[in-house]
Amino acid sequence: MVKRATALLLMVALGLLFATIAFDHRPDTELNRTALYYAENTAKDIGAQNIVTAIVVTYRGLDTLGEVTVLFLTAAIVGLILAAGRPGERGSFPPSGELLHTGSRLLAPLILLAGVYVFVNGHLTPGGGFQGGAILASAALLLLLTDPLHRFGNRLIRLVESLSGVAYVVAGLFGLVLAGGFLDNRFLPLGEFGALFSAGGIPVIYTLIGLKVGAEFASMLSSLSRTEKH
Amino acid sequence: MSDLTLWMSALLAAAMLVSAVLSIVTARLPLAILSAGAVSLFASILFMLLGAPDVAMTEAAIGSGLTTFLFFFVLGRVGGNRHG
Repeated sequence: MVKRATALLLMVALGLLFATIAFDHRPDTELNRTALYYAENTAKDIGAQNIVTAIVVTYRGLDTLGEVTVLFLTAAIVGLILAAGRPGERGSFPPSGELLHTGSRLLAPLILLAGVYVFVNGHLTPGGGFQGGAILASAALLLLLTDPLHRFGNRLIRLVESLSGVAYVVAGLFGLVLAGGFLDNRFLPLGEFGALFSAGGIPVIYTLIGLKVGAEFASMLSSLSRTEKH
Repeated sequence: MSDLTLWMSALLAAAMLVSAVLSIVTARLPLAILSAGAVSLFASILFMLLGAPDVAMTEAAIGSGLTTFLFFFVLGRVGGNRHG
């Protein structure tokens, strides 16, 4: 009873807190100084059409490197915990059914294509490496649902993941040597604003992030499905 | 913010609240997981409406896609619907 009352009290307090914030909120009529800087200088300095991408990959590139590292650690820990003491046991599952089987064979390549589109066009349209990588992983998820014991090249996934991680840091170092600083995108020519091959190193870096995130999620899902009861 | 956007936002917020409460009070675990995923889905539409498509994509892919799968997976592992 006391527990319930406390929970209710906390929720009411939280609601009051949010209500005061919501009722006091007045939308800004103009951008603040940081936002104004990004809005005015992104096209000139970075050459990316999507300002969010310019901020994520270049202005705040180091934070993104940190996020990718956190995700890598998570994937490594999940793999370590789940894969321990399960040396490749293979059981059999009931067949997944014609609909799922045929559907996933049709859909998986299309989903992969959509994911690649999202991260290759990260500097032009909404989305980018993380979103594209998650879409790639959902294709892997579909394949795993069809056949939980399917192994789509664990070694390949691991190779893609580590190579793209190393290449990301190397691209950052290129920026340090050839351009203004670590993870500066101007080590490649900026190109024509709005074209696919523009914005310097951003398409390269976002492709690497997309591959890395996709491989990490796929390896996590695959080690999860390996623990399935037989 | 135009009137239409305001009303749609209010509708989505109400839908989010209903799904969130449903996922807490229901005794059937699969329904709870699905409505928790629906909260994320409505949130991602709301993000889209408020002009944050990048966040909307992340929310849709991770929040309502992978997380829902993860919950269902764990549900299958810990023994299905015994408490339902």
